[in-house]
Parts: sequence; C-alpha cells; structure tokens
Amino acid sequence: MKVVIMGCGRVGATLATWLDGDGHDVTVHDIRPDALKRLQPEFKGRRHAGNATDQDVLARVSLRQADAFVAVTQGDNPNVTATEMNKHLFGVRRTLCRIYDPIREEIYRDLGLETISPTLVGAKLLKDLLDKQEVAADGETEG
Amino acid sequence: MYIIVVGAGKVGYYLAKELLEAPEGHEVLIIELDAAKVERVTQELGDIALRGDGCEAATMEKAGYGRADMVIAVTGDDEDNLVVCQVAKAKFSVPRTVARINNPKNETIFKQLGIDTTVSATAAILAQIEQELPIHGVIQLLGLKGGGLEIVEVKVPQRASVVGKRIGELLLPQQSLIALIVDSDGTPRVPSNDTMIRGEDQIIAVTRRENEDALRAALTNSSSPAGG
Repeated sequence: MKVVIMGCGRVGATLATWLDGDGHDVTVHDIRPDALKRLQPEFKGRRHAGNATDQDVLARVSLRQADAFVAVTQGDNPNVTATEMNKHLFGVRRTLCRIYDPIREEIYRDLGLETISPTLVGAKLLKDLLDKQEVAADGETEG
Repeated sequence: MYIIVVGAGKVGYYLAKELLEAPEGHEVLIIELDAAKVERVTQELGDIALRGDGCEAATMEKAGYGRADMVIAVTGDDEDNLVVCQVAKAKFSVPRTVARINNPKNETIFKQLGIDTTVSATAAILAQIEQELPIHGVIQLLGLKGGGLEIVEVKVPQRASVVGKRIGELLLPQQSLIALIVDSDGTPRVPSNDTMIRGEDQIIAVTRRENEDALRAALTNSSSPAGG
C-alpha cells in the first residue's frame, strides 16, 4: 500500500515507522524540515518538507497514486483542508483525518470524512481504567 | 443583516468598520483569538469584538452563528477560513459564507465544498496585472456553467492579419463567436458580419476552453513573419 502521512509529530513518525516496518511504501510530509528528524535513519520511506495544504505540493508528491492519506498535524483545520483536497481533488481512496476538537470531529464525520478525535479516545481510555479500578476496589471491600 | 467577521487583522478590521458605517445599519461582530487585536477593535470600533476561536463550537454558540445572515472568514490562513465557513454552514445553517483565500488555486476546492463566495487578493492583483500588460494573449473573463464554454478577451495587435478584415471573412475555431468589440477609444460595438476589425480592438468572444489557443492565433497572428 502506498501511504502519505502529513505531520511528522510523535504520532505521524510512529505510524510511519510501523507501516514502513510492515513493508508499505510510505511518504512523510511536514512543513517543518526539523520535524522529519524524528524518523530514524533506518526509515526507508520518503521524507518531504513542504506545505501539504498546497495543491501543487500535493500533486508533486504524486498523491494521485496514493492508496491512503493520513492527516496528523497539530492543527485540526490544516488536517481537514488537506484531507478534503486528497479526497475530492486527488481521489485518494482512503483518507483519515485527526481532529482534536470533538465537536468539529462530529461535524466532519457527518460531512463524510473518516475522522478520529484523540481527545475522545484518550478520555475514554482513561475513564475505562478508572472505572475498572473502582470495580476492583469495590470488590476488595466486599470481599 | 447580522454579519459575523472572523479574523481582526487589517482586512477584518476595515471590513467591519465599513460594514458598521454602511447606511444599511448592519449588526457586526468580530471574532478574534489575539487579545491585543480584540482590544484595538473595542477601542476603535466599540464593543463588537469577541475573543475566541471562530471555529470552536462554544465560541460559535456565544457569537450567535445560528441567527447570522452572513459569516465572512478573513484570517490569514486559508485552512481556518475554510473550516469557519464549512462549520457555519453545516452546524448553524448560515445562509451565506464568504472565505478569503490566499492561494488562488484553492478557489475550486472551496466552491466544491460549499463555500458560497471566495475572495482572493492574489487573484485580483494577478487579473489586474494581466489587464495592464501589453501582451496579446487571451484573458479569461468568465467560465460559463456547463458545456465548457467561456468568455474571453483578446486584444488585436496593430500588425495582426485580421486588421482590415470583416468578421464574416474570418476563420474562427468551432463554436467561437465574437460577442462584442471595444474600440481603442473605449466605444463598445455589437458586431455583425460586416463589422471591420481594427488594430487595438478589444474583442470579447465566447469560445470553448480547448479552442482558446486557436482563437488567439486567429485574432493576433501577423500576416507575415517578423522582418518579412
């Protein structure tokens, strides 16, 4: 699978490394060249510094042939813009968009984007852990 | 009208000011993240600024997007302007959204995503330069919906082979039509088959996109090669 990842933060770099390890063809984009240093030297994919919400830049890294696009920059709005461009202008089959703001995430999910809100996912995980601990504690007092 | 302006940079500031001064008596609200800019607006224009993120639901509720007639996003970032307008439409059913864009290439995708109007200073300046430049090319004025037709402007050079010919004699590409001629002194003429083409005429024509080059060649090529 040919995957383009926009945003080389902790999540972007980790995902890129995993996919590269699985043998996929990975391109990582970041507007800050420094951020690409997060990728280990063993990373076999392409590193690309540039503004990925610029259609010309997107076209240059041959997104037309990409199977999947993942937007994980720090900004919800650049993620949305880049995802919409890939989906609507370049016809990328699978696009994933990270949106921190849960309300905005819901809106864009309704508008047809495949979205994920780490805010909700993270909060849910934490709550589940706390709930579990509570059950365990309750069990202890009863037992 | 109740108009919400997102972004209190120079564009947002003067836009709000003009809207407030308009005789229609608009109700205007500016949303801005930067406290210093909010302060400036409040001091100069009155209590019309709300500090916050223009695409965050809590701010949008407080600003009353639900009753806005128009939302105008004029921050310096195309991405932010896109999201402001899309969320205003999707969540608050704002009837009219206007987005400022910096990269003229974003116009297509913004329109495709439902933004009613896009305004690009870059595109406006480019168009102005093209109008002023003494090149004898084709300037696209307007694309007609469907059918791939467009309205273009061509300036006829003094030495063009068509100068002195009547429109009926011209060989134009398929589905091309000369709709209007503006003389070098600015007088518009509705052409007929007998109308004579003169040097420096500005020709407004309808043509198919793919015939643009052929039309330019027909109207601007010289009769003999340079120096001949």
